[in-house]
Amino acid sequence: MLSRTADNLFWMCRYLERAENTARMLEVNLQMSLLPHDPQARDGLWRAVLRISELETAFDAAYPATTPQDILHFMVRDPANPSSIYSCLRNARENARSVRGNLTTELWETYNQTWLELQRHLRERYPERHPGEFFEWVKFRSQVARGVTVGTMLADESLCFQRLGIHLERADNTARLLDIKFHEQADLKAAHDAMEQRQTSNETEPALLERAGSAHSEFYRWSAILGSVSALETYRKVYRDVISADRVAELLILRADMPRSLVASVNAVADDLAQLRNDRSGETERRAGMLAAELRYARIETILDDGLHPFLDRFLQRINDLGNRISEDFLVPLA
Amino acid sequence: MKDQTSVRVAAYDEMIDKSGGIRPHYQRFNDWLGEQSAESMMTRRLEADINFRRVGITFSVVGDEAGTERLIPFDLIPRVIPASEWRVLDAGLKQRVRALNRFIYDIYHDHDIIRAGKVPAKQVFTNSQYRPEMQDISVAEDIYCHIAGVDVVRAGEGEFYVLEDNLRVPSGVSYMLENRKMSMRLMPEAFNRIKVEPVAHYPDLLLDNLRESAPRGADNPTVVVLTPGMYNSAYFEHAFLAQQMGVELVEGRDLFVERSTVYMRTTQGPQRVDVIYRRVDDDYLDPLSFRGDSALGVAGLLSAYRAGRVTLANAIGTGIADDKSIYLHVPEMIRFYLGEEPILKNVPTWQCAKPDELSHVLANMHELVVKEVHGAGGYGMLVGPGSTKAQIDSFKDRVRANPSNYIAQPTLSLSTVPTYVESGIAPRHVDLRPYVLCGKDIRTVPGGLCRVALREGSLVVNSSQGGGTKDTWVLEDASC
Repeated sequence: MLSRTADNLFWMCRYLERAENTARMLEVNLQMSLLPHDPQARDGLWRAVLRISELETAFDAAYPATTPQDILHFMVRDPANPSSIYSCLRNARENARSVRGNLTTELWETYNQTWLELQRHLRERYPERHPGEFFEWVKFRSQVARGVTVGTMLADESLCFQRLGIHLERADNTARLLDIKFHEQADLKAAHDAMEQRQTSNETEPALLERAGSAHSEFYRWSAILGSVSALETYRKVYRDVISADRVAELLILRADMPRSLVASVNAVADDLAQLRNDRSGETERRAGMLAAELRYARIETILDDGLHPFLDRFLQRINDLGNRISEDFLVPLA
Repeated sequence: MKDQTSVRVAAYDEMIDKSGGIRPHYQRFNDWLGEQSAESMMTRRLEADINFRRVGITFSVVGDEAGTERLIPFDLIPRVIPASEWRVLDAGLKQRVRALNRFIYDIYHDHDIIRAGKVPAKQVFTNSQYRPEMQDISVAEDIYCHIAGVDVVRAGEGEFYVLEDNLRVPSGVSYMLENRKMSMRLMPEAFNRIKVEPVAHYPDLLLDNLRESAPRGADNPTVVVLTPGMYNSAYFEHAFLAQQMGVELVEGRDLFVERSTVYMRTTQGPQRVDVIYRRVDDDYLDPLSFRGDSALGVAGLLSAYRAGRVTLANAIGTGIADDKSIYLHVPEMIRFYLGEEPILKNVPTWQCAKPDELSHVLANMHELVVKEVHGAGGYGMLVGPGSTKAQIDSFKDRVRANPSNYIAQPTLSLSTVPTYVESGIAPRHVDLRPYVLCGKDIRTVPGGLCRVALREGSLVVNSSQGGGTKDTWVLEDASC
């Protein structure tokens, strides 16, 4: 297969998966923001979306205020934001268009149709009028594309590169989602510090953090995260117990049978790399296999004791490294 | 009293004869059409539109913002050609392409036709389409124009004329195939009643043709389609043909040349390429030999080609034979190389390069079609009868400034086919581009791309100028 074709297939899937995950994340935030919050906590919630995706600087440069509407606008339809749903779906379709000859007709039409419908939705202000339904639509179109892929594509190299794109992106996105709590608190603390400079707060910092992280909001936050990866029912089924942070982390990091977990995504990456092996890719395959093995034999207690945020941070670096190595070994090397 | 429209539509109509009757080869279609309600035909037209957009059968327009995609309007009423007429066309096309291929070989080898005084040396060797790099290079099987798209029109009382031989990178064949798919999908009952020759095997013939012309020694040759990329106006077609043939669609950056061999970059390392069906113009093929600023080509491709290590289809330098100043010599080529009388007519052509013909053109421009010698796509031409005095005057200045850049032809009243327009069904002018494959044999598929000028009275059928397309039905023998 042409390296450029593989590159297009890989990115076509990464972008669609990213659009889906952005929609999932925004949907959760939308639901969370309906819960009773003080205004700072609510803002923190929305700022966290930007932090997760490392888009804070780009956002602040272009938007004077941080209203939920601004952030939704930025994350849904802003063409200047390379991670907006608009940009992702456009890039997915552009990549599909340049390899349309390698896709089944049905698959190409699915990508094309998604793009055409998106343009109509944006014209008709669907995301603004019915954000929840719009996010459902994004998820649904991504699921349809995956279904059509599995249902019509020959199980060859081309399918492997598509899966590689999906799972690498998903590993990245799930890790970022799990880190949302860290980003929220960081933001809350920043807001608090700023406030302190202006006036003397009679509330102490630990108290503030505690309030934000009270058992009550803790429960809703983690159930929202579960909901965003469609894992609420799975959680109940697996644990048959109340929702707690360590179990959610375990489910989304270490459960190999959980389709959006880190270990499941990394396992899939390692499997596909084994199938795609060429004479340059040995080291990449080894690193993927190593990461999969570490996750397989890890314990959630150890991870949490050492700190979830540093763990996820390291994980994201390794995923990024795998992405670069895959480009070097198989695709069009990044300039 | 007749209004102006009906006067102008005095052209030969493919469906309706002079007395208003239906021509025999359209009878069955007309019967079928008569049974359809206006609403059901409207639904079909909408469905065609939706389908073309969903499938992404679009083209980009030169000068439009990059990535803007437009649909080429598809008209449901087919152009029907009786078997007897197709037999003549088919023989004429094959004869013509055979002679043209011999001509190109001759121009890049012994120049027999020039020494025989049939074609002036100046017109060949000073022509920008002549490629000195090709002199004395042998190409596989001596085939130059592997794929030709010959534009044929019908005028006057119904005689066929060849308007243009497209021998560089003729496009449009994907529309021929997609139009047929669409017709069969929207009007299956009509196909039940009318026996239409199939065209769907074109990609197989094309692949066969390309593999046949591989360099010697390549058994099981690797064929690729070379595209300028997804922003090219014909990108859909490039992708479509690659997919239909089951070969890779490559861009210049996917290929590289090492020790006079062409390779493509694959996920499993370099893979040798034997035949390149290139949809990139000569000028952009190799930045080392032609335009240095071309990012579309492959450095060193020409050296691999000259070494006979790779086949380019079409060959480099075929433009010398479809140039409008060479066009008028084609009947003579047929006599010279084949010893036959031409089956298809040429349109009478004046060369502005000749002073007496130039003055004729300047004096009669309001009645003529004037074209740039190297122009294509309906750009840089003037249709005298449809132009204002001011337009004609300014065009005259352009011709005077550079006469050898122009030729002129009488304005042919192209034949018409009934076509859906806003006000119902009305005659619109059409042309026909059948595709001729030149390999060890010369082959065609029965049919071609029928383009239709949708604007009333317009004679310009190019899609870039607002033209549409129709399916072309060549009837099987028994039907008519």
